Amino acid sequence: MTEGRSLTGGPTGPPTAAGEAPTPLGDAAGGEIRTLWSDAWYDLRHKPLFWISSLLVVVLITMAAMPTLFTDINPEHAVLANSLEPPGGSAWFGYDLQGRDVYARTIYGARTSILVGVLAMLVTTTVGLTVGIMAGYLGGWPDGVMSRIGDMFLGLPYVLGGIVILSSVAGVRSNPSEAAIMAAVILVLAVLAWPVTARVARSSVLSVRAADYVVAARALGAGPRRLILRHILPNTVAPVIVIATLNVGAFIGAEATLSFLGIGLRSPVISWGVAIADHQDYVRNALHPMLFPALFLCVTVLAFVMLGEAIREALDPKLR
Amino acid sequence: MAGEPILQVQDLVKHFPLTLGVLYKRQIGSIQAVDGVSFDLHQGETLGVVGESGCGKSTLAKLIMALERPTSGNVLFKGEDIAKLRGKALKAMRRNIQIILQDPYTSLNPRMTVGDIVGEPYEIHPEVAPRGDRRRRVQELLEVVGLSPDHINRYPHQFSGGQRQRIGIARGLALRPDIIVCDEPVSALDVSIQAQVINLLESLQNEFNLSYVVIAHDLSVVRHIADRVAVMYLGKIVELGTDREIYDSPTHPYTQALLSAVPVPNPEGREARERIILEGDVPSPADPPSGCRFRTRCWKAEAICAEEEPPLKPRQGSDHPSACHFAEVKDVVHSGESG
Ligand SMILES: Nc1ncnc2c1ncn2[C@@H]1O[C@H](COP(=O)(O)OP(=O)(O)OP(=O)(O)O)[C@@H](O)[C@H]1O
Ligand SMILES: [Mg+2]
Repeated sequence: MTEGRSLTGGPTGPPTAAGEAPTPLGDAAGGEIRTLWSDAWYDLRHKPLFWISSLLVVVLITMAAMPTLFTDINPEHAVLANSLEPPGGSAWFGYDLQGRDVYARTIYGARTSILVGVLAMLVTTTVGLTVGIMAGYLGGWPDGVMSRIGDMFLGLPYVLGGIVILSSVAGVRSNPSEAAIMAAVILVLAVLAWPVTARVARSSVLSVRAADYVVAARALGAGPRRLILRHILPNTVAPVIVIATLNVGAFIGAEATLSFLGIGLRSPVISWGVAIADHQDYVRNALHPMLFPALFLCVTVLAFVMLGEAIREALDPKLR
Repeated sequence: MAGEPILQVQDLVKHFPLTLGVLYKRQIGSIQAVDGVSFDLHQGETLGVVGESGCGKSTLAKLIMALERPTSGNVLFKGEDIAKLRGKALKAMRRNIQIILQDPYTSLNPRMTVGDIVGEPYEIHPEVAPRGDRRRRVQELLEVVGLSPDHINRYPHQFSGGQRQRIGIARGLALRPDIIVCDEPVSALDVSIQAQVINLLESLQNEFNLSYVVIAHDLSVVRHIADRVAVMYLGKIVELGTDREIYDSPTHPYTQALLSAVPVPNPEGREARERIILEGDVPSPADPPSGCRFRTRCWKAEAICAEEEPPLKPRQGSDHPSACHFAEVKDVVHSGESG
């Protein structure tokens, strides 16, 4: 079988599959009328950037869901004699200050970081999209009220907002549970970030609602359902999906910043931000306990940002 | 034109409230966008509506399309008042009247393929075409408007302005309407392409026995295509007549001013012709002048023009209606040619 195929697909003729594949901008002779979504999917499948970033995202999510697939070392197991031991045969990434395995802790750290990033993104997108579409669609005083509330939160610098909210929700000296701090961090990120999503959603609803193609659709007899689903949503949701994926990256970074400042997650929670925070005073003695989590952090942020970028390009026919 | 008109517009009025305030809105006045417009349109006929920017042409189009509710007045399609229809009945009525919009760059959804755009009418009115037949119909429509049926999977941005306008026309034709309202169908296009689109509209009219309301801001565009012309100024029709009557024997000073600006092919005529240049701007439709709305820019204005509004009626020495106290035939287009 393999032999036969390699012979026919040799230098004499082009591979047969090429002729059958639909061309992206092509004027195919048969089949159904294509839509934005099928074209976007076609476009994504042909983008290396999309495959690299989604592969990374899938690996990272697997890591978060099932860390034991990647390591069987207990991340809590500490041997003080190994403190700050550099990377070597017994530990690929070396040991941290307490003599715990940095590789295992980095793998286990993915869970908290990604969970915080994804959950905060979900809350932000849901709240932002709802408020933004309502404000844009209703207009008038509901729009005025919602936009002013959004502006209030946008005006708050996020570190300051983080300090205020986190220290009141989970006092620095008290000893809240892991879930409680995580919930508080997610809350802070969502509270401070939703107005951006809401603004984007609102302004695109406003511009789309007044667009001539919506007038034309209304003249054809399209009801509110069709107007929202076929015209307003695709032109509103596309930019919001993009912000959402970009937000995951930003939130993971922000979670690390809050931990670094000592107001976010903290030991015994295992997270990349906590690892960086815990070792900030020992950078001169040993870089590796901080370097590896920071590296994973960068790659994760980059993966989500790249994914967002690929989706943005796929959903905008002008960029194809 | 014999028989019952297909469309009757009767004393149509649209005032937009003018409001002030952010949270609590107070009405401080109203914009009189359309103020007492009446005309008839017959099967297969083309009515041109001409006027300067802001005189209420698009608002009139939206009222005919039932996209805006009139403040008062009626729009009758085959005797039935469109403005009073709601829900299902209104949706069914929409199959009869379609619109072609001015700007081909904003009138097509950028995230829909041409097939989606031209096929959308069939999705909204599934009773018109069975599902399996739609693709063929869309391709047929593309062919009818002079586009390649193979372009069905392309996006609007891959076309030129003229081609996009053809897509808009194909969408307007999909439901086989009786009437198509064209709101400045060519004003966003290059001059070289305008004639092509106008010719297309004309040939479609013959093929499908369409009635058109063609809106334009200058008389030269309407000249080729219109059987009758209505000249609008600040929400009112000031003169209404066949294209001969309007071009050869206009009686309203505003029509004469518009006509004097139309380029003529004959160079001698151009030399000798008197050019009427209007002074000042169009007054605000929120606060129109008393009496005749044109009097602030009219060289014939006298005291009576400020006091009494001139009705649109046939005037001495001409057969077609004109809204001027001092209406008088004056051939501005040919004045220089034969003396
Ligand atoms: N939705 C609206 N709310 C308030 N005022 C409006 C609205 N639509 C139109 N107007 C006003 O009504 C007047 C007539 O507008 P319209 O768009 O009908 O003019 P037009 O003759 O089509 O002009 P143009 O040649 O520029 O397209 C304008 O003064 C405009 O500002
Ligand atoms: Mg207009």
